[in-house]
Amino acid sequence: MNNKTVNPKAWFFVLPVVVLVAFNAIIPLMTVVNYSVQETFGNNIFFWEGVKWFETVLNSERFHASLLRQLMFTGIILAIEVPLGVVIALTMPKNGIWVSFCLVFMAMPLLIPWNVVGAMWNIFALPDIGLLGHMINALGIDYNFTRQPVAAWFTTILMDVWHWTSLVVLLAYAGLRSIPDAYYQAAKIDGAKPWAVFRYIQLPKMKRVLTIAILLRFMDSFMIYTEPFVLTGGGPGNSTTFLSIDLVKVALGQFDLGPAAAMSLIYFLIVLLVCWVFYTLMMKNEDQ
Amino acid sequence: MSKIRLKNLRHSYLPNPQSDEDWALKHMSVDWSDGGAYALLGPSGCGKTTLLNIISGLLTPTEGEVWFGDEEVSSQPADQRNIAQVFQFPVVYDTMTVYDNLAFPLRNRGFDEPAIDKKVREIANMLDLGETLMTRASGLTADGKQKISLGRGLVRSDVNVIMFDEPLTVIDPHLKWVLRSKLKELHQQIGTTMIYVTHDQTEALTFADQVVVMQQGEVVQIGSPVELFERPRHTFVGHFIGSPGMNVLACDVDQGRPVYDGIALDVTSKVRVDDPSARLEVGIRPEFVSFADQGIPVTVEKVSDAGRVSIVETRNGDDVIKLLVPDGDPVPADGAFLKFDPDHTRVYADDWVVSRGSNE
Amino acid sequence: MKKISVVPIIYILFLMLPIYWLINMSFKTTNEILGVFTLWPQEFTLDNYIKIFTDPTWYNGYFNSLTYVGINTVISVSVALPAAYAFSRYRFLGDKHLFFWLLTNRMAPPAVFALPFFQLYSAVGLFDTPLAVALAHCLFNIPLAVWILEGFMSGVPKELDETAYVDGYSFPRFFVRIFVPTIAAGIGVACFFCFMFSWVELLLAKTLTSVAAKPIAATMTRTASTSGYELGLLAAAGALTIIPGAFVIYFVRNYIAKGFALGRV
Repeated sequence: MNNKTVNPKAWFFVLPVVVLVAFNAIIPLMTVVNYSVQETFGNNIFFWEGVKWFETVLNSERFHASLLRQLMFTGIILAIEVPLGVVIALTMPKNGIWVSFCLVFMAMPLLIPWNVVGAMWNIFALPDIGLLGHMINALGIDYNFTRQPVAAWFTTILMDVWHWTSLVVLLAYAGLRSIPDAYYQAAKIDGAKPWAVFRYIQLPKMKRVLTIAILLRFMDSFMIYTEPFVLTGGGPGNSTTFLSIDLVKVALGQFDLGPAAAMSLIYFLIVLLVCWVFYTLMMKNEDQ
Repeated sequence: MSKIRLKNLRHSYLPNPQSDEDWALKHMSVDWSDGGAYALLGPSGCGKTTLLNIISGLLTPTEGEVWFGDEEVSSQPADQRNIAQVFQFPVVYDTMTVYDNLAFPLRNRGFDEPAIDKKVREIANMLDLGETLMTRASGLTADGKQKISLGRGLVRSDVNVIMFDEPLTVIDPHLKWVLRSKLKELHQQIGTTMIYVTHDQTEALTFADQVVVMQQGEVVQIGSPVELFERPRHTFVGHFIGSPGMNVLACDVDQGRPVYDGIALDVTSKVRVDDPSARLEVGIRPEFVSFADQGIPVTVEKVSDAGRVSIVETRNGDDVIKLLVPDGDPVPADGAFLKFDPDHTRVYADDWVVSRGSNE
Repeated sequence: MKKISVVPIIYILFLMLPIYWLINMSFKTTNEILGVFTLWPQEFTLDNYIKIFTDPTWYNGYFNSLTYVGINTVISVSVALPAAYAFSRYRFLGDKHLFFWLLTNRMAPPAVFALPFFQLYSAVGLFDTPLAVALAHCLFNIPLAVWILEGFMSGVPKELDETAYVDGYSFPRFFVRIFVPTIAAGIGVACFFCFMFSWVELLLAKTLTSVAAKPIAATMTRTASTSGYELGLLAAAGALTIIPGAFVIYFVRNYIAKGFALGRV
């Protein structure tokens, strides 16, 4: 939109949103910041530590390792789910009874609480008693995700793709349906081939919606906790210990509030930075 | 370029149409001569966009045939019919420059770049887009984008007909006039058949040589703007065209003359009604009603100033009769009499005209 | 019936395999699940479902969850609509930063907020009410709704608004009669996602409630910890959680598939 009107009264439109979100955001954020710069040995006594915890975390090898794992995981997830979701959305029917059928069944994985997702995939993928595990081993491949890091990664990724691709599909599909027929008609009259239609009409018109999908999947996969934790517990060893899992171990397991809070803030800042860069790049051409 | 003929067309959007209402287009056969400027005029929902899409090939008619010249093209898709269409909302390829937008249809058809370049620049100049050729299409205003849409149709020299589907809907009011003139100018320059769909009578009457008036899926009358104004064949045409529209009053017919409120009215030629059970009405435009010393008794209700004339609303019983009085002429205060110009008094049975004026 | 491409069918088959497995497990005893590999329950049992339908902590959990999720979806989408419109159509002080700030509220793991939220909502006296969870979920659902709706609103040309005003529509009438139908797909998707994200959120829902408003989430995590791993029960509960959401998307399917109604203004 390059022709927005200036309107200071627009703040009234936005006020309810700001109030409701800020109410939930500001106070807890202040609490976390508070913890991150202090030390406690229990009994609610805190000592000011300044940036010590930030330094500790940023220099720790353990942090580097889980960060790297996290980045790899998120990278693979995005590379699979986004194109796959778009392709499926492109091939989905536009009207008729098949639409309801597709929408309802595709929504199902999204609706299952995440601990159940982890638990069911846990059983599903076990080599002796699970359908997936059984099938893969029956093909001759030695597969046991509780012992093999590669198998654990494969299973975790497969589980996430199964769980979340539909989010991309739904967003992309809604975005596609919002393109007025006139564009397709004009393209037809212009003699455009299907690839040109995708490149010049569908993809540009889906840009905003795809941005949302990519940012959402980035954030959620970067902060993923429950499903992989229930599936593998972070193992075998720590091969699938992603950032969130590590953070919880530090906070609850060792009850080191200081480092945990510092780690949370660093975590948040990484996500913030990546999202901001991506968002700015995508929206660069919008306001001319 | 060729003559377009529609034969016995009927179209329904439903798979199994039963009753009359299921048909978006009822029986019609229309010819469009080569090089004409046509308007397709009618209220929302009357089927004009359906008709347009059947001509352009975006829709295949349920029944009937579409002929372009000597070829039957009823089921031929749009890109093979050599037509161009401009839509209600500007349709441009946002990520491309204006130049690439105009070149797109030619590139898809495999022309070589030098030929494309020449044609694109020619059309851009015709449409005053020359300055903006290298800017991104998304940066233009609405009227600029509509020009690009039009341009994409004009670059192809094999275009049989250009169709406009209410193209000025999103244009600023003060730019509408500019674009309308441009379209008329273009038509005179290149001479391609143009069909302009609209619900706005001003747009239709100023653009077209021939106007096709539609209502509820039927073609009600085809004629020049003057013909439609002076000799409406259907009460709908009378209502819709002209501002204010035609007065339509229930009447009887006695010995070839319409009788309104017990008063026999003069007409130029005798009226013959074939169906005795038909609903009879007399129609007369406000332009052809005047005050007189005797005739139809009315009371004067309201006078509105419309520039060079005043619109006077009078009442006889439950009927409102409007007439135009030139500015400066006296308007009676309360009671008065009206007379109708016999040449323009028409009788309608079930909405269709059954009397003829002297010049028909 | 129109033909359907093979791609969505294959995808749905892929999705249904684990779900079939889940349903399979729900009709088995935990022993059988962990003991043998069977494609169909050897000892078919309805016990898991019976437990859920007869034990108040279970079925109340569903009602409680539905309550706060419903409240949250309504609030989130309703306040998001005007805000998204403002972001889409107007420029105002701080608009770009505010818009991005909204998204930042989804960037911290909920675990970080658990304790502070507990203190906050207890302080305002809303602990253990559906309203507390509904409001807490606004933190991440409102930004999501605003972002989605704004994305769809930006696809509607501003000329549509202007044409409506020229035709004499007042703003509320324009918004409800003309604008909302054109962004139907966005509203459908926003509603479903708000519902979904609130429905599956476990941590805050558990933290902010104890007895009266205990959601299904809490009951389900209980099965995983206290009485060992009651897999059959968990599977049955999991299978049942699919149902409300399936209804929601079924109801909004016409919105999502409707597309851009380029109606005459």
